[in-house]
Amino acid sequence: MKHAASFLRAAVLVALGGAVGTASADITVISFGGASQKAQYKAYYEPFAKATGVKVVAGEYNGEQAKVKAMVEAGNVTWDVLEVESPELVRGCEEGLFEKIDFAQVGDKADFVPAAANECGVGIFVWSTALAYNADRLKEAPTSWADFWNVDKFPGKRGLRKGAKYTLEFALLADGVPTSDVYKVLATPAGVDRAFAKLDKLKANIQWWEAGAQPPQLLASGDLVMSAAYNGRISAAQVEGKNLKVVWNGSIYDVDSWAIPKGSPNKAEALKFIRFASQPENQAVFSGEIAYGPVNLKAVPAIDAKVATGLPTAPANMKGAMETDTEFWVEHGENLEQRFNAWAAR
Amino acid sequence: MSTAVDTSAALPLPAAGDGTPLKKRLRRAERRRNLLFGALILPLALVVLVAFIWPIGSLLTIGVDNPEIHDNLPRTLAVLEDWNGSAPPAETAYRALADELTAAKGSPAIAAIAKRLNRENAGYRSLVMKTARKLPLDAAVPAREALVAIDAQWGELATWQAIHRAGGALTPFYLLASIDRMIDADGNIVVAPEEERIYVDVLLRTFWMSLIVTVCCLVLGFPVAYLMASLSTRHSNMLMIFVLLPFWTSVLVRVAAWIVLLQNEGLVNRLLMWLGLTDSPLQLLFNRFGVYVAMDHILLPFMVLPLYSVMKGISPVYMRAALSLGCPPFRSFWKIYFPQTLPGIGAGGLLVFIMCMGYYITPALLGGPKEQMLSYFIAFYTNQTINWGMAAALSAVLLAATLLLYMVYARYLGPTRVKYMKAR
Repeated sequence: MKHAASFLRAAVLVALGGAVGTASADITVISFGGASQKAQYKAYYEPFAKATGVKVVAGEYNGEQAKVKAMVEAGNVTWDVLEVESPELVRGCEEGLFEKIDFAQVGDKADFVPAAANECGVGIFVWSTALAYNADRLKEAPTSWADFWNVDKFPGKRGLRKGAKYTLEFALLADGVPTSDVYKVLATPAGVDRAFAKLDKLKANIQWWEAGAQPPQLLASGDLVMSAAYNGRISAAQVEGKNLKVVWNGSIYDVDSWAIPKGSPNKAEALKFIRFASQPENQAVFSGEIAYGPVNLKAVPAIDAKVATGLPTAPANMKGAMETDTEFWVEHGENLEQRFNAWAAR
Repeated sequence: MSTAVDTSAALPLPAAGDGTPLKKRLRRAERRRNLLFGALILPLALVVLVAFIWPIGSLLTIGVDNPEIHDNLPRTLAVLEDWNGSAPPAETAYRALADELTAAKGSPAIAAIAKRLNRENAGYRSLVMKTARKLPLDAAVPAREALVAIDAQWGELATWQAIHRAGGALTPFYLLASIDRMIDADGNIVVAPEEERIYVDVLLRTFWMSLIVTVCCLVLGFPVAYLMASLSTRHSNMLMIFVLLPFWTSVLVRVAAWIVLLQNEGLVNRLLMWLGLTDSPLQLLFNRFGVYVAMDHILLPFMVLPLYSVMKGISPVYMRAALSLGCPPFRSFWKIYFPQTLPGIGAGGLLVFIMCMGYYITPALLGGPKEQMLSYFIAFYTNQTINWGMAAALSAVLLAATLLLYMVYARYLGPTRVKYMKAR
C-alpha cells in the first residue's frame, strides 16, 4: 500500500512537472499582473535576463496564499519568487511557507525603508491607497475623507474596496480620528462599532470594487465621483490622458515584498533576482514606469523630479499619510473581514 | 432482473439436454451478465470514487478537523483533563504549556497554535507569539509567575478555557459558525452576536435566488421547447442551434458581455434614454437584476433541453383526441399536454436549481455584496483567509442543503412518482 502511494505520488509529480517544467536555469516570478507587472518587466525581468542569462518566466496570481500553501504542502513548488502583501508575508513566514532570507545577501539594511527588511521578505515598492477623483466632474476638489463622506457637498456614488481593510481606517479618519490613533481606536470593540456606524451613513452611496483596475475605469466613465484607489493605477490613467487626481491626505501606504516559497528548486537564482531588483538603478527605472515609491532610498536621487512628486514616498505626499499596521491586520483581519461581510450583505 | 429469477423459481423447470437444470444455467447466465455490466461500469465507478466521493469526503472531514492544539499541546491538554475549569489551573499546567510552547517555537507549529487560539478570541495570536519569543523560561522561577509576568492574560480564566475548548481532536466550531451558532463560555450552543450573523441569511438567499432563476428559466424555456417540439425538423434544428450557441460560449465571456450591455453607459441604458423611457441611466448592474438576467441566460439551455426531449416524446394524438371530443384548447393543453411534460419540468428545474445553488462567478462579477451566494464565501475562506475549516463547513452545509432538496424532489416529483401519477 505504501509502495503504491509513493508510486502514485511520483506519477503525479512527473505529470505536474512535465506540464509546468521549465529549463533548469529559468526562474518563475509571480506578481499581481497589470500595470505593475508591465513595469516589472522593464525594470527587473528583462535587465536581469540580460545581465545573468537567467530567463524570468512571469506569472500572475491574485494574492491567494492558498495556492502557495497547497504547493508547499504537496512538496511540488514551481514558483521561485513571489510578490506578496505584508500581512500575507508575516502569516506565511510564521507558518513556514516562505524561505528565510538573510538580508545581508541583498544589500545594506541602512539603505532601505524599515518595512522593506523582513525575516522572509524583501521590499519591492511602496504603494498607497488614496482618495482619487475625476477632476472633470467635480467643481471643487475634495481634500479629506470627511469630504468623501459629505454627500451633500459632493453628490454621487463613491467607490471603496470590498473588504474591511482600508475601508474601516478611512471611516475612522472621516470621523475625525487622527492618523496616529486609527489602529488604537480600531483595536477596541467601541472603535469597530464607530467605524461601522460611520460606514452605515454612506452605505447607500457606496459602489464596491474588487480589482485595482476598476476605480480608474469607473471614475473615468462617470459612474463614480470619488473612489479609494491604488495610486499607481490612477497615475497610469493620468498618463493615458484622464483627468484623475489623487488626494494624499489620509492615504495609507504599504510595502509589497518578494518572498521565496519554501522548497523552491532555484533558491540561489531567486535570491540573485531579488538582489538585482533591490539595486537603486533598477528601482529607479521601476518608479519611472509606475508611480510606486522605491524601497531603496539610494534610488531617490536617480528618479526624475517630475515623477518623484507623484510617488507615495515624496515628502509632501507622506504628510498626512499613514502606514498600514500589518500586525493589526494579521491579528484582527479574520474577525473584521467576517463582520464586514455580514455588514455588507445586509 | 430479480423478478425474472423469482418467476422462474416458482415454475418447475425442465432439465436441459446435458442434465444441468435450466434454473442453474439461467442463474449462471444471469451472473455472467451481471459481471459484464459490473465490468462496464467499473471505470465510471472508479472515476466517481477517486474524483468525487473521496475528495468530497476528505474535504468534509476538514470541517470538523481540529489538530492545531490537540497535536501541538498534548501534555498541557492531559494536565487540563481533570481541571475543574472554574479557576486558572495549577502550576503543572503552566509548566507543561511553557515547555510545549518552547518546543514549538520557531516552527510552523507555533503559528498553528496562535492562529487557532486567535479564532477563539482575537488577540491570542500575539499573546502566543509574544510569549514564544520570550521562551524558554528560567527553570528556577515558577512557570505560572513567569508566564503571567510575560502577559497578564495567562493568569486569566478565559485564556485557559479557550485552550481547553480548542483542544479536542474534532470540533463543531466551524459547522456551528456556518449556521451562525457558537459555543459560549459555559459550553452552551448559542446564536452568534447579531453583527456577525450572516450564513443563515446567505443560505436562504442562495435558495431564494436559485428559485427565482429556475422559475424564470421555466417561464422563458417552456414556450421555446414547445415551439421546437412542434416545428418541422429543419426549423427546430435551426432553433436548436440558437439555443446551443450561447451554451458553447465561455461563461466568463457571456458575463463580460452582460457588463458591456447593462452598464450605465451601456447599450441597454442608451437605448432606453434614446427612446425617452428614462432620463438618467438605470442601475442595471451590481444588483439582483443583473445577476438574474445573466444567470437565466447561462442556465436556459439546461431547462430547454430536458423539456424538449420530453415534449418530443409526447404523441400529438392525445391533444387531437381531446380537441375533437370538444375540450377547449387551453383546457386540453392544461389537462392533457402539460401533465405529460412534468418529468421534463422536474428534471430541468432540478438541474437548473442545483447548478444555481453553486453559482459563484456570475454573482461575484455582476452583483453587489447583497447578491453573493454561499459559494462566494467558500472561495473567500479558501483563497483569502486560508481558513479551510470554515470553507469545508460551509461546503458541507451547501451539500446537505442540495441533497435534502434532491430527496424532496425524488419523493414528490421523481421519475417513479410521476409515473405513478400518470397511472392514477
